[in-house]
Amino acid sequence: MAEIAEGGGGGGHQKGGKKRPKKGSTRIDMTPMVDLAFLLLTFFVMTSTFSKPKIMSLAYPAKPKGDEVSQKVYNAITFLLTEDRIFYYKGEFKPGETELIESSFGADGVRKLLADENKYVLETKIKLTDRLARKEIVDSIYEKELIKAQGEKQALKVLIKTDLKASCKNFIDLIDELRINDIGVIAPVDMMKSEQELLDQKIGK
Amino acid sequence: MPKIKMPRSAPSIDMTPMVDLAFLLVTFFMLTANFRTDEPVTVDTPSSISDIEVPVKRFIQVTVNRDGFVFFNASGESTRQQMLEEMLKTYKVTLTAEQKKEFLKMGSFGCSMAQLPQYLDMSPEERKELGKKGWEVPSDTTRNELRDWIRFANTASLAQGQIEFKDDAAKKTSEDLDVNEYKPKFILKVDGKSSYASAKRVIETFRDLKRLNLYFVTSLEENPYNRNNPD
Repeated sequence: MAEIAEGGGGGGHQKGGKKRPKKGSTRIDMTPMVDLAFLLLTFFVMTSTFSKPKIMSLAYPAKPKGDEVSQKVYNAITFLLTEDRIFYYKGEFKPGETELIESSFGADGVRKLLADENKYVLETKIKLTDRLARKEIVDSIYEKELIKAQGEKQALKVLIKTDLKASCKNFIDLIDELRINDIGVIAPVDMMKSEQELLDQKIGK
Repeated sequence: MPKIKMPRSAPSIDMTPMVDLAFLLVTFFMLTANFRTDEPVTVDTPSSISDIEVPVKRFIQVTVNRDGFVFFNASGESTRQQMLEEMLKTYKVTLTAEQKKEFLKMGSFGCSMAQLPQYLDMSPEERKELGKKGWEVPSDTTRNELRDWIRFANTASLAQGQIEFKDDAAKKTSEDLDVNEYKPKFILKVDGKSSYASAKRVIETFRDLKRLNLYFVTSLEENPYNRNNPD
C-alpha cells in the first residue's frame, strides 16, 4: 500500500560531507485522501435532493355572502369525483333528466373529452403560438390573449365536486388534466344533495 | 538474452487524476446540495405538469398527511417569532426561552397550543412518532387554531415583506420590483392518498380568511402535448 519515498532520494549516499538536497520523488500516499474524498462524495450524493418539488396554483372561489344568486354559466362541464372514479355531466343539473357519464383518468378518458370540448381555446392557442413563433406578437400579448380566450363564452368552464371518498390524488390529477387542456375557469364547489344521490345510485349499480 | 528486471518496489498507480475527479464531484455536490429538512411528516405528493418552483422565502405551508392530520409551517425566523408571540398571547401559553429557540429552529409542527410546550421539549424522532399517532394542529370549526396560525403568520410575513421591499427598493432604483414577490405564498402539501375531505377542512380555513390563491405541492411530470409535438 504505502509507497512513501520508496526507492526515493539518496538517504545515506553522502560523500565527503557534502550535503546534497534529497533527490527524487516526493510522492505522498494519497490513499487516505481518496478514501475521504469518496466518503464525502457518497455522503453528498445520498443527501442531496435533485427533483425539487413544484407547486401548482389554484384559485378557489370566494365564500358567498348571504343569498347570492349563482351566475349562469355557459358551456360548462361538471365533474363528480369519488373513490378513484370520475363522472361528469354537461350543462346544468336538472333533477331527473341529467345522466352521469363515467370517464377515466387516463389519456383516453378525461383528456380526450376535454380536448374535444375545449377546442375553441386550444385552436386559439395554436394560432397564437404560431403568431408568436413568427414574431408577430410578443410574450405578454400572447399570455393576455390566451387568458382572454379562456374567459370567453365558447371556452369550456369546469366545476369540480368531490364526495367524501375522493382522495387528493384524484382531485389533483383532474386539475392537472384541466391544466394540460388550458382550461381557464376552474371552480371546486360543494356537491349538491341531489347530485350526491344520483352519484350513489350510479355507483350502487 | 537479457533478463527482464522486475521492479523491486510495489507497483504504484498515479492517483492524481482520480483524486482530481473525486474532489471535483465533491465540490459539485456540495454546492448543489440542498438538504432535506427533517420534517415530522412524510408526504407523498401527486404529480402535475406545473413547473413553478417552491419558494424558499415567504411561504405559509399547511401539510396534510396520509391519515388527514394537519401540520403547519411558516418561513423566516422573524416571521415565526412574531407569529409565536401573538399566538402565545391569544392562547395564554408561556414558553421558556429555550423552547422558543427550539420553535424557531424546527420546520413543520403538528400540535395544539396546549401541547406546544411538551412538543417542543421532545426530540425530532419523538415528534415524528406523534405525527403518526394523531397529534395535529386543530382545524375544526369549533376550535380552529390553524386559522389563527395562518392569520398571524400572514400579518407577520406581510410586515416583514414590506420592510424588505423598502430595503430592496432603496438599493435598486432602475429595476422595478414586483410587489407580489414580497407577499407570502400559501402552500398546501397534501398526500395523494389522504381524502379530499380532510384537505377541504384546510382549504375552507383559507377561504374563511379570504386567502383564495392556493398552491399545491406536486412533483413534476411531463406535459403529454409537448412530448407529442415538440415545437
